Amino acid sequence: MKAIYILCMRQLKRYGRSPARVVGSLGQPLLFLIALGFGFGRMFARAGGGSYMNFLAPGIISMAILFNAVFSGIEIIWDRQFGFLKETLVAPVSRLDIVLGRTLGGAIVALAQGFIVFVICLVFGFRFGNSLLLPMAIVFMFLIALLFTSIGTAIGSILQDMQGFPLIMNFLVMPLFFFSGALFPVRDLPGPLQIALRLNPLTYGVDGLRGALSNQFAFSMATDFIVLSILTAILLAIGSYFFSRIQL
Amino acid sequence: MSEMIVVQDLVKNYGDFCAVNHIWFTVAGGKIFGFLGPNGAGKTTTIKMLTTMLEPTSGTLRVNGHDPTHEQRQVRRSFGIVFQDPSLDDELTAYENMDLHGVLYGVPSAERAKRIDMLLEFVGLSDRRKDFVKFYSGGMKRRLEVARALLHKPRILFMDEPTLGLDPQTRNHIWSYIQRLSKEENVTVFFTTHYMEEADRVADDVAVIDHGKIVAQGSPAELKEKTQRATLEDAFIALTGHTIREEEATATDRMRMMGRVWRGQRGRR
Repeated sequence: MKAIYILCMRQLKRYGRSPARVVGSLGQPLLFLIALGFGFGRMFARAGGGSYMNFLAPGIISMAILFNAVFSGIEIIWDRQFGFLKETLVAPVSRLDIVLGRTLGGAIVALAQGFIVFVICLVFGFRFGNSLLLPMAIVFMFLIALLFTSIGTAIGSILQDMQGFPLIMNFLVMPLFFFSGALFPVRDLPGPLQIALRLNPLTYGVDGLRGALSNQFAFSMATDFIVLSILTAILLAIGSYFFSRIQL
Repeated sequence: MSEMIVVQDLVKNYGDFCAVNHIWFTVAGGKIFGFLGPNGAGKTTTIKMLTTMLEPTSGTLRVNGHDPTHEQRQVRRSFGIVFQDPSLDDELTAYENMDLHGVLYGVPSAERAKRIDMLLEFVGLSDRRKDFVKFYSGGMKRRLEVARALLHKPRILFMDEPTLGLDPQTRNHIWSYIQRLSKEENVTVFFTTHYMEEADRVADDVAVIDHGKIVAQGSPAELKEKTQRATLEDAFIALTGHTIREEEATATDRMRMMGRVWRGQRGRR
C-alpha cells in the first residue's frame, strides 16, 4: 500500500512542479472550445440542438482528460530512458503495486487537468444543469482518466522509445477523440460510424459526463457507468499485465 | 552463510548470440569482488541476472541463499545496487529520491529519516538535499546513487562501474567507506570497473570475463603472478588481448540521445 501511495505521490509532485505542462496541455482544449464552440454555436442552435457550448463542454473536458491520461501512462517510456524505472523494478515490491501507483497517479493528474478545463468552460459560457449530479460527473471524469491512463501504461510498457509516439497520437488518440461523440451527437449517424462510436470506450465517458453535466444522454447513466467501469477494469488489467512483462 | 553469491554454469543467450557462456564463481560474505572485462564481455548481463532483472537461459544462481528467478522478493531485499546508467528521478529532490527508495524498501519512517541524513552527510550532499536532482553534476548524482543503494542496509552491494566520471577525491572517499562497511558490517561487494588500479587496490578477489567466458579468477596478486605482469592492467591486457571491442547502441542509448536533444544538455551528465 505504501509503495502505491509513494509512487502515486511522485506523479502528482512531478505534475505540480511543471507549470509548463499544466499550461501547455490547456492549449488544445482551449482551441477546440473557442474555434468550434463559437464557430458552430449558431448553426447548432439554428438546427434545433440548443446551446452548443453546453453540448461541447463535456466533450472538451473529456478530450483534456483523454490526452493527459494517455500521456501520463506513456511516461513510462521516459522513466525507462532516464533510468528511474530500473530503480522501482528491482525494489522488493510487486509489479502490481508499482503499476497501480503509477496509473492512479497518472489518472489523478489527468483528472486535475479535466477540472481546469471545466473551469475554463464555465468562463466561456458553459452552464451545467443539475448540481446534484456533479459528484456523478466527477466519477465519470475519473473513470475516463483511469481507463486511458491504463491504455497509456500498456503502450508505454510495450514501446521501447518515443519513435512510435506520432503513430499513437494520430492513429489511436485522435480517432478515439473524434469518434466519441465529443463534438457531435451520436444519434442519426451513418451506420458504420454509429458502430465505430459504440465500440469506442470514450463514447460512454463523454455521454455519461454530458448526461451528468448537461442532462443530454444518448444512452443512459446506468449504461454509461456500467460499460465504462467494466472497460476500465479490463484495461487496467491489460496495462498491469504488459507492465509486469517489462524486461530491462 | 559464507557464500553470499553462487554462480554455477550460468548461460544467457540472446537468439544466436551467447552473452554469458557457462560461467562459475562464488563470492564469500564480507568480501569485495571485482568483476572485470572489456566492453561487451557480459559483465552487465551477469549483474542483471543476479539482481532479478533478467532471467538466465540456464544455470544456477544464489544470492544470499535465494534464487533470483523464483525468490525475487527475498533476493531484492538483500541487495542494493548502483546501476551503470543513471537511475534517479531528475524532477525530485535528493531527499525525495532517498525517501522514495526507503519507502519502497520498507524502511520504517523514523529510521529512514535518520539514515537519509547520515548518508547524505557522508556523500557530502547534506546542504543540497532540497535541490532537484536535475541541477546536480554527474559526480553528485553518482554519490547520491551510492548513498541510496546503502539506505536499506543491504547485505550485498552491486555496483556497475560506480566510479565512472568521479574525481580521485570522491573515488577514494567512497571506496574507503565501502571497505569499512565490508569489514565492520560484513557487507559483500560486487563491482565492475575499467580502472584496473582501483580493482587492484580494493578487491579481495577478481574474475576476468571476456566473450562471455571467465578467463581468470583469483586475488589481484595471483593474477599478476600467473601472467608474470607487474600491474593488474598489464595482466588484464595479457588475458584479454589488445582488440578494441564494439558495443551496439541499444534502443535505450538512442532514446537518451534523443532526450538530450529534446531537453538540452542541462541536467544530464
